[in-house]
Amino acid sequence: MSVTDVALSSTGLPVGTWKLDPTHSSASFAVKHMGVSTFRGRFEQFDATLTIDEDSAQLAGTVEASSLVVKDENLQAHLGSPEFFDLERYPQITFQSDSIRREGDELIIDGPLTIKDHTHPVESRGTIAGPAVTLGDVTKLGITLETVVDRTEYGLNWNAPLPRGGFAVANDVKLTVELELVLS
Amino acid sequence: MEILGVAGSLRRGSYNRMLLRAAGASLPPGVRFTEYDGLKAIPAFDEDDEASLPLSVSRWRAAIAGAGGILFATPEYNSSVPGHLKNAIDWASRPFSATVLRNKPVAVIGASTGMFGAVWSQAETRKALAAAGARVIDRELAVPFAHEAFDEAGSLRDGDLTLELDNILVELLDAIKQRVVA
Repeated sequence: MSVTDVALSSTGLPVGTWKLDPTHSSASFAVKHMGVSTFRGRFEQFDATLTIDEDSAQLAGTVEASSLVVKDENLQAHLGSPEFFDLERYPQITFQSDSIRREGDELIIDGPLTIKDHTHPVESRGTIAGPAVTLGDVTKLGITLETVVDRTEYGLNWNAPLPRGGFAVANDVKLTVELELVLS
Repeated sequence: MEILGVAGSLRRGSYNRMLLRAAGASLPPGVRFTEYDGLKAIPAFDEDDEASLPLSVSRWRAAIAGAGGILFATPEYNSSVPGHLKNAIDWASRPFSATVLRNKPVAVIGASTGMFGAVWSQAETRKALAAAGARVIDRELAVPFAHEAFDEAGSLRDGDLTLELDNILVELLDAIKQRVVA
């Protein structure tokens, strides 16, 4: 990794305004399906900005929920319906950090996550890599974050009982973002 | 703004049609209420017929598409939804990814001559509509002993039921207005 001259804040985070490189970033979810496998979906459109100065750090993110992509158009329609994301009323998912802590390469970010008309605090954990000077003399930072939320707390309540117990879709959903951020 | 009324009972003296008309009469000025009369003509759902859609189905889908919201009034047959009503919902739900029911505000009410007021039928109608992607008002209106429930003018005799019907209509209208504003 190339050495950069980016200063570190008092919290050990690299000072600057870091904007998303959407091509090299992803936002996805994973949920247990039929009690036996993991079903994954992703969002194609989202944005994030990490702002770090000497004394504070903030991460703000917006996901266009209507950019949800799964492999079946009927399932996609169901996920967009009022039983799940209710895209007509709630086209965006938002996150705003309250605190960001760095412990070595580990990153812990707390803040409210809003899906539909429900807002709950979440703690997300992940890694931070960089900053690094990349091609074209562009300075980049890599962040990966994961959190697990109970989808029913956000009004995504649909389910179907299985014949011998259990349900088709778990309530716990893992949300993952992998962000490649550019120093602006 | 238009609300489409759909009676799940076909017979001429249907109590659910009476209930539907009582609902239509209590809507505020400016809301047009249209009673759908073509349910009986809709054939049994057959995927093979989708390539050349029966006229009765085209008409049904167009009526849904043109309405701001739908009010269903259903009886209960063998503790469940009348077959022709479920069949009509099935036709309307196709193709699933582009159904005219997607996000359509709908409410379900019901009447029966027994003591339960078609509660199971209402619940299952709501379930089918939600599965089809409609925006279902999460309320029921159970009118029991329907043969005694209406006065000569066709209004519900019971004040509590009248109030509950009004509450359901307010929620349905709010859901329609939210779509119009958006």
